[in-house]
This record gives sequence, C-alpha cells and structure tokens, in this order.
Amino acid sequence: MKLFLAQFRRDLLLAVRSRSDAANPVVFFILTTSVLGLGTDSDLGPGVIWVLALFANVLAVEGVFERDHEEGTLEQLMVHARPLFPAVLGKLAAHWAVSGLPVAILSPLVAFVLYGSTTGIPVLVASLLVGTPTLTLLGAIGAALTIATGRGGLLVAILVLPFYVPVLIFGASASAAAMTGEPFDFALLALGALLTASITAAPFAVGKALAISQEH
Amino acid sequence: MNDSLLVAENLRCTVGPRALFAGLSFTVDARELVEVRGANGSGKSTLLRCLVGLAEPESGDVRRRVEVQYLGHRSGNSGRMTPVENLQWLAGLRGGEPDRGSVDHALVRVGLADARHEMCDSLSAGQQRRATLARLLVAPAALWILDEPLTSLDDAGVELVVELIAEHRARGGGAVCATHRTLTAGPASARVVALSQGTP
Repeated sequence: MKLFLAQFRRDLLLAVRSRSDAANPVVFFILTTSVLGLGTDSDLGPGVIWVLALFANVLAVEGVFERDHEEGTLEQLMVHARPLFPAVLGKLAAHWAVSGLPVAILSPLVAFVLYGSTTGIPVLVASLLVGTPTLTLLGAIGAALTIATGRGGLLVAILVLPFYVPVLIFGASASAAAMTGEPFDFALLALGALLTASITAAPFAVGKALAISQEH
Repeated sequence: MNDSLLVAENLRCTVGPRALFAGLSFTVDARELVEVRGANGSGKSTLLRCLVGLAEPESGDVRRRVEVQYLGHRSGNSGRMTPVENLQWLAGLRGGEPDRGSVDHALVRVGLADARHEMCDSLSAGQQRRATLARLLVAPAALWILDEPLTSLDDAGVELVVELIAEHRARGGGAVCATHRTLTAGPASARVVALSQGTP
C-alpha cells in the first residue's frame, strides 16, 4: 500500500505539473464528441461516446511509460520496487485519474449535448467508470511492450484494440439498453468482472513486459 | 566465498553476432571495489545491467545476496520534479517513510543544498549527476553498481564520488563501477575487470 501511494502521489504530481500534456485525451474527447454533434444528424447511439472514450484512452495510455523510460526513472522503479505490482498499479491508477476519470465525469454533459435527454445517463457514467480502468490496464501492457521500440503510437493501438473490444461491447450495450429502458445489469456486471480480472492480472503482465523491454 | 555480496559466474553477452564478453566470472566481496574497464562499446554498461538484473545475460549466472543501488546512464530523476521530490519518491519505493531529514542531509552532502527546490530540468548536467549521487545516501544498499559515475562532474564532484565510495567500503559495502580512471583513495585498492572486445 505504501508503494502504491508513493507511486500514485508522484504520478499525480507530474500530471498536474504537465497539465497541457495530461489534458490532451480529455480535450480530444470533448472536441470529437462536440464536432460529431454538429456534423451528424441525431440517432447516434451512446456507442459513439464509448468509441470516442476508447480512442481517448488509447491516445493517453500509449505514452504512459515513455518519459519514465527516457529519464531512467523506470529503471529505478524496476530496481527498487519490491514487489513491483503495487507500484505499477499506483502508476496506472494515477494515469486513469487524469484520463479515464475526467472522461467519465464529462460524459453526462456530452451525452446531453448529443441527445438532448438525460435518460440512461447514470448508466453511461457508471459503465465508463467501471470500463475505462480496464482499458487503461490493458493498454498499459501494450505500452510497456513497445517502449523499447521507441515508437508506440499506432503500434500500441493495433496491439491492444482487439482486447478492448469486449469492454467496448459491454459498455456500449449497457448504455444503449439504459437509454431505451431495457435491462442493463448483465452488461454492467460483465464490465465489473473484466475490471476485477484486469486489476488482478494486468499489473503482473505490465511488470513482465517492462522487464523484457528493459533488456535493451 | 560466503561473504560475497555478488557472484557472477561464466557470464556471456552478445550483440548481434559479436560476443561482448564470455566466460566472465568474478565476485564482489564486502569492502571491495570492482572497477570495470574497457573501451567504448566493450560492454561495460551491458555487464552492469546484467549485474543489477535489468538485463539477462545470454548464459551464466548472477547471484545477488544483498540490496542493490544502481546509477545508470540515465539520470533516474524526473526532470519535472525537484531533487527533494525525486528522493522522497525513491524512499517511498523502498517502502520507507519519505524522511525529510535524511533527504536534506544527502543533498547537503552532494552540494545541492541551494538547488534542492528547483526542477531537475533546470539544473546543470553536473548538478543533475549530483542529484543522482544523493540516491546512494537516501536509499542505502550494501552493493552499489555505478555506470560511469564521474560523467559531467567537476573536480570537487570526482573527489566526492571517491569519498563516498571509500566511506561505503569502510561500512562494509561493496561497489562495482564502470569507469575510465581509478576511484580508489589513499592506500585502498580495487579489483579490475577488463573487458576487451572479442573475448573468445
């Protein structure tokens, strides 16, 4: 827990210090959704919000280890954090707090602008709150694998998108069901299950991927 | 043999078809300094990364019996945090309480007392190197693995490194340094591991 907090606090501090970088994914989310609202007729399901939240996530998570790798702080993390698991989890929690969390918080506004109705908005927010951490955890595996290549970007997207699909399906279907008044609990529960599984397993995979990419 | 801090046995590393070193064995005992010498590109950094555990040797075995502190080529300090914040983070990673007293003490020792609240990005290369040296004092480890610790240091800084290593050895610690000049002080001596390219 100490390790988790030490890393969480540091990364949050760094995110605050480099606000303009940290805000990029959120700005992307707001811009794309508002342009969609202007450029298309209505009838877009809440799936659109989910797709854009997903892309905002890929955009953000792709560089999560980059700067630490360049500055050698990642090396120090690998050498000193025993065990590595809580430190990795702390890092990703801080990352989610400045990328996924603001997207979830802003989604009611975006949904209201797009649909002009508040039906189903609580479920949309809940699905994003439970779903986006899973995206961050899975995406971090891809980001960790590609740091040594020095060219994450598109490569990370290609690597992790297939694993994002279940989250996207459950997230979008929960929000769509809630909007039309259909039952949505199964999809939300499935998102919760995916999150539980990825919190337990992903930090190990990230640690392993980091160890592999440190070899160079 | 039992009091060795680190044992390296029969290490072999290659880059492409070229062997950097092969059949390399040595130990680091308490109070011992091992200097790794070799031309640029001879594999000093690779060897050190193997000793720390950041890289895997192609064959051979590294046994670390104590905690390790590693200073690599990259600073290991975040440029957007101050030396104090960086050191507190490191102390936290080691599971200790970020103790302000020992952090300040370490920064005074390495001559960064005045710059401790400036962002590391705005420090000079030599000051940044001193900030990394402070890690040796904040997160004590019995074995130091230092990759060219003298880079961009002035004469006083070089003296400081030599002193720190001497004190560390006096406390019973051991050190492995990749270096181009000796880091011993006075009558103390060092074991030298020489890397020459193309060792069969």
